[in-house]
Amino acid sequence: MHPALQAVLTIVIGVGGCVGYFYFSNQFLDKVLFPGTGPNAGRNISRANMVRPWLFLFPAFAALSVYLAYPVIETLRLSLTERLPGNESQFVGLQNYQNMFNEPKFWEAMRNNMMWLLIVPAFSTAFGLLAAQLSDRVRWGNLAKSLIFMPMAISFVGAAVIWKLVYDARPIDQDQIGVLNALYLFFGGTEPQNWLTIPGWNNIFLMAVLVWIQTGFAMVILSAALRGIPEETVEAAIVDGANPFQVFFKIKVPQIMGTIVVVWTTITIVVLKVFDIVFAMTNGQWETQVLANYMYDKLFRANDWGVGSASAMIIMLLVSPILIWNVYNARKEMQ
Amino acid sequence: MAAIAGTKSSLTWAVHLSLVAMVLLWLFPTAGLLVSSFRTSDQIATSGWWKSLGASEQNLTLRTGGAADQVNRDNKFVIEGNLFGEASEAVISVWGTSSRSISDYSAGDTAELKNGETVTVQANGDYIMEHSEEFTGKRGQRIFATAKTPPEFTLRNYNYMLFDPTNREGMAKAFFNTLTVTIPATIIPILVAAFAAYALAWMDFPGRALLIAVVVGLLVVPLQLALIPLLKLHNEIGIGKGYLGAWLAHTGFGLPLAIYLLRNYMVGLPRDIIENAKVDGATDFQIFTKIILPLSFPALASFAIFQFLWTWNDLLVALVFLIDSTGDTTVMTKQIVELLGTRGGNWEILATSAFVSIAVPLMVFFAMQKYLVRGLLAGSVK
Repeated sequence: MHPALQAVLTIVIGVGGCVGYFYFSNQFLDKVLFPGTGPNAGRNISRANMVRPWLFLFPAFAALSVYLAYPVIETLRLSLTERLPGNESQFVGLQNYQNMFNEPKFWEAMRNNMMWLLIVPAFSTAFGLLAAQLSDRVRWGNLAKSLIFMPMAISFVGAAVIWKLVYDARPIDQDQIGVLNALYLFFGGTEPQNWLTIPGWNNIFLMAVLVWIQTGFAMVILSAALRGIPEETVEAAIVDGANPFQVFFKIKVPQIMGTIVVVWTTITIVVLKVFDIVFAMTNGQWETQVLANYMYDKLFRANDWGVGSASAMIIMLLVSPILIWNVYNARKEMQ
Repeated sequence: MAAIAGTKSSLTWAVHLSLVAMVLLWLFPTAGLLVSSFRTSDQIATSGWWKSLGASEQNLTLRTGGAADQVNRDNKFVIEGNLFGEASEAVISVWGTSSRSISDYSAGDTAELKNGETVTVQANGDYIMEHSEEFTGKRGQRIFATAKTPPEFTLRNYNYMLFDPTNREGMAKAFFNTLTVTIPATIIPILVAAFAAYALAWMDFPGRALLIAVVVGLLVVPLQLALIPLLKLHNEIGIGKGYLGAWLAHTGFGLPLAIYLLRNYMVGLPRDIIENAKVDGATDFQIFTKIILPLSFPALASFAIFQFLWTWNDLLVALVFLIDSTGDTTVMTKQIVELLGTRGGNWEILATSAFVSIAVPLMVFFAMQKYLVRGLLAGSVK
């Protein structure tokens, strides 16, 4: 069947199925199971109202269980087992973790991931704050925001191509077509550099791509937070003779600290999952491996599900503090 | 703010300039790719894209006609023509006949070659070569010219990558596949999530708080964990690799954010409306479809944009759940990664295919930015 037809059919079946499920199960509940007429009308209506929420929740939570909750447990199980020929598996305890910890590539990925975790959220948030503050004070601020925000819409793969052109290197006797090398030579560099193959620095060049993408996100959130600051506090500070820098750092930033933390953690989660950029630009070569790409390598190139799952659990472990913090906050807020 | 206090800030100019610098810095990389996608491979390879916007000075290697073009005129053998072959707006300033001295002569000068031949090159590329003896050799004399060429852009790359049926690397099919993945994967989770969000926002039942906490927790679960277990599951129940698996996976992964966003929005809807409807005898189902859903349009739109951008730009889910060994279902992101590997230096191909894939999200972004911003604010600021 032609994929387009299949897609249309899926939309029809999917959407029709959803609407049908919700409509008919609701009808069934009210008309057949607990009819709201007859001798037990009152009791039936309240019973139906007890069941109804679960009716509405069922498809979503079924999908969540199968697609997110179950895999967490299954990955944990896989990380403790070894695959044997013929679809069998055997419990091996922490052997996979031990193998992984003995691999230098894993530690390289860990080290790089930690660098990503420190640098990308910090710079994205800082640039975002800067852009938010600057654009708040000029009339064309909205246009500026749109343009800085734009990379959010660009895929990591697209961004990888965009930045590969920036980092491109040509031999010394030719015109440079990568802007970074052109600038480097213009400011006195002696030889064009292959930026993505210089261990250590190349990580920074990969991170720049993510900072470029995430700054817009930070800016949008922080700019809304800046606007929420009560005007009186700023005016009072100005009357007291604070200069613009003091107003910004001593009055505004402390008041939006909560939002800065939220932005920081949100970008942290993005960073932990970063895969596409490294996959497309260096594929972990030249010491740029990160956990997500290491895991992909293990799962689909080395076909080692044990170690692959173990590294996935490491990512999960790194995310957990944020997960707990988020849940804690959400519960606190609901009370 | 400074103006409110009555002192005009001396920083105004600095603010404007810094913001301009920042915007340019953020725009520059994308602009580079966009401009490059409209240049020919020669242009891209010989000069930086930023030079293409103005008239550029290029060093060209050109060739005169060969012996076959000569005519005998007044006992002299003459080869005449234009170095650019066709009418060109390029203007030659200096030129030479050897790669070591490419600027020996100015336009209009006559150069004497070692065997007695003479060559005259005009600024517009017209040349005349004269010799008393007959020219031999199939290939003509090489001319190294420095020429100023006006900016020149072409749609040829797009034509080649999108509409050329002989191009096996064309993006048309991948574009179509991406679209096929994206649309169902955007629409279905919205519907499923909307009902759940309504239940979590406005219906009373035991365990509601717990379920909301579960959704918040699942929001950050890395989808990396889901790859192997789900691939196994898909294989066991017979879906294997294909569109169905990709749609299901995207639906599952998109649900936490969808439920979270929609619930937060629905909770904020005025209680009066819903209670009045209840008093008037409306059932939950009616309240949901007739009141909540239409009122929640902004939140639905926000999530739809997120999910659209995410599925359109996705690589990992497609790699794992969709693309099989035949490669018939390859999506644009995957194809671009492949091109990065095989056509690493062919920037006209890379730039064009990347832009084909970027164009749609950018249009959606600029058209619906309002909803995207609103969704971001609802999704992360508590």
